[in-house]
Amino acid sequence: MTRRSLLLSPLSAATIHDIAAAQQNRTPLRYLTPAAASELEALTTQIIPSDTTPGAKEAGCIHFIDRALETFDRDKRQLYTEGLAAAQAKRAELFPQSTSLAALAPAQTIALLKAVESTDFFQLLRAHTIMGFLASPDWGGNQLLTGWAHVGLEHRMSFQPPFGFYDKEAR
Amino acid sequence: MPRYRPSDTVDFLVIGSGAAGGVVAKELSTAGFSVVVLEQGAWLKEKDFSHNEFAVSYQHALTNNPKLQPNTFRASASETAKVEQRYTYGRTVGGGTVHFTANYWRFHPNDFRERSIFGDVPGSSFTDWPITYDELEPYYTKAEQDLGISGLAGANPFEGPRSKPYPLPPLPVKSSGVLFERAAKKLGLHPFPSPMAILSQPYRGRGACTHCGWCEYFGCEMRVKSSTLASVIPMAEKTGKCEIRPGCYVRRIQTNNAGRVTGAVYFDSQRREVLQRARAVFLCANGIESTKLLLLSASNRFPNGLANSSGMAGKNFMWDLGAFVSGLFDHPLNEYKSVQVSRVIHDYYAADPKRGFYGGAGIDARFNWYPISFGLDALPPDAPKWGADYKKLLGHYFNHTFSTLSHTTSLPVESNRVDLDPTTKDAWGLPVPRLTYQLHPDDRKTLLWAQQRQIEIMQAAGATKIWSYPIDDIGVSAHLMGTLRMGNDPARSVVNRFNRAHDVPNLFIVDGSSLVTSARQQPTATIQALAYRAAEAAAARATKGEM
Repeated sequence: MTRRSLLLSPLSAATIHDIAAAQQNRTPLRYLTPAAASELEALTTQIIPSDTTPGAKEAGCIHFIDRALETFDRDKRQLYTEGLAAAQAKRAELFPQSTSLAALAPAQTIALLKAVESTDFFQLLRAHTIMGFLASPDWGGNQLLTGWAHVGLEHRMSFQPPFGFYDKEAR
Repeated sequence: MPRYRPSDTVDFLVIGSGAAGGVVAKELSTAGFSVVVLEQGAWLKEKDFSHNEFAVSYQHALTNNPKLQPNTFRASASETAKVEQRYTYGRTVGGGTVHFTANYWRFHPNDFRERSIFGDVPGSSFTDWPITYDELEPYYTKAEQDLGISGLAGANPFEGPRSKPYPLPPLPVKSSGVLFERAAKKLGLHPFPSPMAILSQPYRGRGACTHCGWCEYFGCEMRVKSSTLASVIPMAEKTGKCEIRPGCYVRRIQTNNAGRVTGAVYFDSQRREVLQRARAVFLCANGIESTKLLLLSASNRFPNGLANSSGMAGKNFMWDLGAFVSGLFDHPLNEYKSVQVSRVIHDYYAADPKRGFYGGAGIDARFNWYPISFGLDALPPDAPKWGADYKKLLGHYFNHTFSTLSHTTSLPVESNRVDLDPTTKDAWGLPVPRLTYQLHPDDRKTLLWAQQRQIEIMQAAGATKIWSYPIDDIGVSAHLMGTLRMGNDPARSVVNRFNRAHDVPNLFIVDGSSLVTSARQQPTATIQALAYRAAEAAAARATKGEM
């Protein structure tokens, strides 16, 4: 199946679930090195953290980012390379004992992200993480429909009224 | 479907297959004329559509891609325009009707004579239409019946007289509609079920809406949205007289020494230039693309652009204006289910000189957010943008929020215009549209005033938190209106009262460009009514041998 025909194919509820499930832990990286992916994932993990419910990590947002840099956002590669290098430099400055972003404690990563919050790199990383969390899963993220489950979106081709509390109450 | 050769001189060439082009193709081919429809985009079918928000909203799967077809923008003629996307249009067979929200409001009778009622608005070219609501009414009715519109006749006390009820009952009310209706009634207003180009019951071989919820920005997999793709284009195909030709990007309308159009030159999918000959041309490419094409079709006989002896082509560009206000509620609304809009008010539609400015608004209750757009943009301005608290709000707000959107007037102003950018070219090497636009002071006042009415409604609805968005961010326009204005005076308008170019007897132009005023946005019903009427007029002329 070509990329385009996949894009234009009808994503029925069934195929969306299939894609989401099939991706889990079995998606190869296409552009990012494992090391870069691990460092970036450490940042996405604090943008949408895993707490009582799954977050960016479980949704596989890093695979959305990898897909983006391989395809539609190829022109953003330099921003990522430089942004990641700057984040690592900031890490060394803030936490001289640390060895990598992936090895930081959550509170340290949050402090680091606050320090780079206004940069173009962070803004793009935030957008990509949110997109990866909430886009349909054939873009690489939202694995097991983690993001849609988080917002309470049940993906079906058909619903019957009442749809919500107030239209039910009004009947 | 017939295949015409480019060298065949067909009766009518239709440029654009959207709201107007689809209607015109059906009307002319069922009347027995040979028709070729040229469409820039692909011919997608129901099986090609999906619930893929990233593809449609961020990768332009159904709309113009600004990387290939950019535009430039500036606020005034003294600035150098910069490349930034400021307009969007449907770029598939069916045009914008494939992905539109499917609101289907008729204009009010007073919209056509509002200048006479309200008086002059300084700094604008506000004027009456050359036609009346009564003249257009039969064609609104024809559009509603032909395409399949759901609604409740008589429920909107401000609507003009209608010769027939809607062919289908309204779609079910959503939680947003219930809350909006209660609030509006508390405020003494008159909410009514939104008229929608979406089938509430089976109609003419198509099924009823299954409420999947992915309407705005998406093509409908169930064929229940009454796009021209789903409704009238199949009727045109069935005549055996109409060829729909996708992947054709028209670069010039051809004219002869007698000043008549003889066809159009387009880039085919291999970027070869092809001339399709025709006895008459219908230009239905949208308010910006149609203008661009006339300006690109300049010749010795038409030095200012085709059909532009008045110099009016591109002027009076009216923007797609409106204010958003969102509210949070205690119980789940699940607004992602079903069509985007179920209740509307027109109580604030009429302009009132007592307000001290010109303008009015229709206001609807809606949820036109999808997961990505909601996650990126929809939370209140004071909400955290990332982290655990962001995640928590995202999870709670998505199903507990609805928005109201006002649809407000955009005054015609001559300096708000579309012309060709002097330097920037698109991927085919054609000059790109340059948009020059700023809000008329009264449009800005209308937006602020409408936003206050929306906040009152959200308060009356019992929202526990209310937030809005800056009204000066006018964003990307989807309703492209006013640029090739309809009028009786050839020195002040581009097309006559039947959408025929004043300067060119066998060129018709019908899309958002001929709208004289913006009414309160939601132009599709009016564009389609004009298309039915123009096609009838053109067919009558052709039958009499006047093409």
